Amino acid sequence: MDTHQSDEQKFRYQGLGRDLQKNLLTAWYDRIEGAADAGRKVAYLFVPGNIAEFLRVFDFELVFPEVNALQCGVRKTSGDLILKAEDVGYSPDVCGYVKNDIGMMLAGNVGPSGHKLPKPDLLLCAYCGCTTFIKWFEALSHFYDVPLVMLDVPYMRSGKIEETDRKYIVSQLKELIPICEKITGKKFDHDKLTEIIKHSTEAEELWVDILHSAKHRPSPFDSYFEAVFFMAPIYVLRGLPECTGYYREAMKEITERIEHGVGPIPEEKVRVVIEGPPPWPHFRAFWEMLKKWGVCAVASSYSKVGGFWDHGFRHDPSRPLESIAEYCLTCYTNLSLPMRTELLRSYAEEYSADAILIHSVKSCRSFSVGQADMRDQFTRIWDIPTLLIESDLADPRYFQAAQLRNRIDAFFESLEHKRLVRA
Amino acid sequence: MLVAGVDVGSTQTKAVILNENSEIIARGILNTGANVVKAAEKAFQAARSQAKVDEWEITSVAGTGYGRYKVHFGDIQITEISCHARGANFIFPGTRTILDIGGQDTKGIRVNEKGEVVDFCMNDKCAAGTGRFLGAAADVMSIPLDDLGEVALRSNNPLRITNVCTVFVETEIMNHLSRGKKGEDILAGVHQSIAGRSVSLIRRVGVVPEVTFTGGVSKNIGMVKALEEKLGCAINVSDDSQYMGALGAAIIALERAKARHDGQEAEGTKTPRMPKMPKMPGMPGMPGMPGIPGINEEPQ
Repeated sequence: MDTHQSDEQKFRYQGLGRDLQKNLLTAWYDRIEGAADAGRKVAYLFVPGNIAEFLRVFDFELVFPEVNALQCGVRKTSGDLILKAEDVGYSPDVCGYVKNDIGMMLAGNVGPSGHKLPKPDLLLCAYCGCTTFIKWFEALSHFYDVPLVMLDVPYMRSGKIEETDRKYIVSQLKELIPICEKITGKKFDHDKLTEIIKHSTEAEELWVDILHSAKHRPSPFDSYFEAVFFMAPIYVLRGLPECTGYYREAMKEITERIEHGVGPIPEEKVRVVIEGPPPWPHFRAFWEMLKKWGVCAVASSYSKVGGFWDHGFRHDPSRPLESIAEYCLTCYTNLSLPMRTELLRSYAEEYSADAILIHSVKSCRSFSVGQADMRDQFTRIWDIPTLLIESDLADPRYFQAAQLRNRIDAFFESLEHKRLVRA
Repeated sequence: MLVAGVDVGSTQTKAVILNENSEIIARGILNTGANVVKAAEKAFQAARSQAKVDEWEITSVAGTGYGRYKVHFGDIQITEISCHARGANFIFPGTRTILDIGGQDTKGIRVNEKGEVVDFCMNDKCAAGTGRFLGAAADVMSIPLDDLGEVALRSNNPLRITNVCTVFVETEIMNHLSRGKKGEDILAGVHQSIAGRSVSLIRRVGVVPEVTFTGGVSKNIGMVKALEEKLGCAINVSDDSQYMGALGAAIIALERAKARHDGQEAEGTKTPRMPKMPKMPGMPGMPGMPGIPGINEEPQ
């Protein structure tokens, strides 16, 4: 490495991943806002098990209520919106995302970026391990008076993809074809689906390369605090050429970091695997609490909610509907508890992590159920230091900074002490 | 060489001064109140008055507890979890499990033979099962907090307290009082309720004997008995149990000061305590890394 190079010469691509992501998401919201005027139909769907490729055949514009909710959380508007939903009777225990979404709708359906969101023409609920999804879209179906289609995705109860489950989902997708044709007036086109899936597969390859880059030491990439930005395109724009283009560009930033041996924090001291979604309204504060200890997340489960590709699965243009079914089945929240636990253990091993951090979400049952058992399994059986902390993904009232900091400090303080003693 | 540990807790602030033989030469305790900085200063001052030493004679000060970053005269900050572990291990070297019940926190801590934290668990979002729960009972029954345990031990027929909420337990106690139930039976029920919650908390980290009970609530004999009954084994309680966090902090400060001292002697540069170093400017981050749009919150 030429040490006389200035930082400007050395680092040409830093910041690219986030800048491009921001631009892409703004353009996407612009398109959604203009959908009704342009006569395009709108489908609402969830990130886990999103059958984006299938719906793109009919040129639906896709709206993801969870993405709106998390963006509201980051922009600190979720607290007020949640109170609006509680005003009309939603309980404090209901999922923060749901209340954020209902509150946003009651307030005129202006999205987090100030864009007016269109009314859905189709509500497509793929049930991927989250029972709340069903109630959420039933409520939206009532409020908007639009058709709700359930895509029933069986839970991965046996620990592997069952042929009957795959066939079951494919048969539902076939039933969905005439419904989409009726709403959009467009015929299903098998070749078009194949082309869309080719784009998905290519983007998935690139995304997996970025995720795997965290095996380097120091890790060039934070697989939780940065991944949440880098993963957005593969969730909301998958199947489009700009999604593939994004990952090609983002990879340049990662490659450059590897070349210069730098990562997201000045000095990587502790490598962790993180389980659970982030506390969006306090995202930066949470990251700072960990940065202080030189913590880098080398793998996370949250970056797999909208698709689990890093252990080999890809959408397959030669088996489009079958691979869409497999995609739905293997999303993280649809994995059985033993599969989730084993996955996190394998991440700790593959990515040479020192510890596992579980951020439990008060209002999210699909993630939180079983996390205390996971913790026991990690600490008692596998001897992996594990910290379990709790707040919420959207409701700022559940984030107790002093309590969280105390637990985080105590945990990393004892890890650091052990390392110092060993050294 | 003298060192100090200052434990700024949610309810009380404690300070301990140790000599270089790890003997406690002075203690200070007072209610934390609203001004955390002042509480830390005053507790430290109280301990220094008792020891008759000036601030400059103290080689190192470690801050712990929620207000550890407000101990502005301290050299190091350590969480009370590590400090209780070290303190308990120092007084009772056989300690493997610690139950600390403070004003608003209950902690279960498992330690190894060196007093290092192996695992810990804390109460979350709710003060039921903490010292505050007893405080609420004492208030509503107009019995001094220090007498609660003795009164509870007189009971032959403990009532079942079903409420798990520190606020609503007052209503439940008033209801029992209005129905003519005996004060000692009500209080015995309150103690058993807290003991039950605490034992289930420490079971999460695994109860390995010896068990040492620390924190302000360990002064309460009724609570000690209730816990021993639930656990089915004797528990260690020191006369200094409420100073355990401050003691642990002081021990860590002493170890580090000795290590520093030895290092300096080896280099032949024996120097007095260094004044607090100014903060180093932050390490430069990645060039060109932009801020995260929409997030302006500063870490607290």
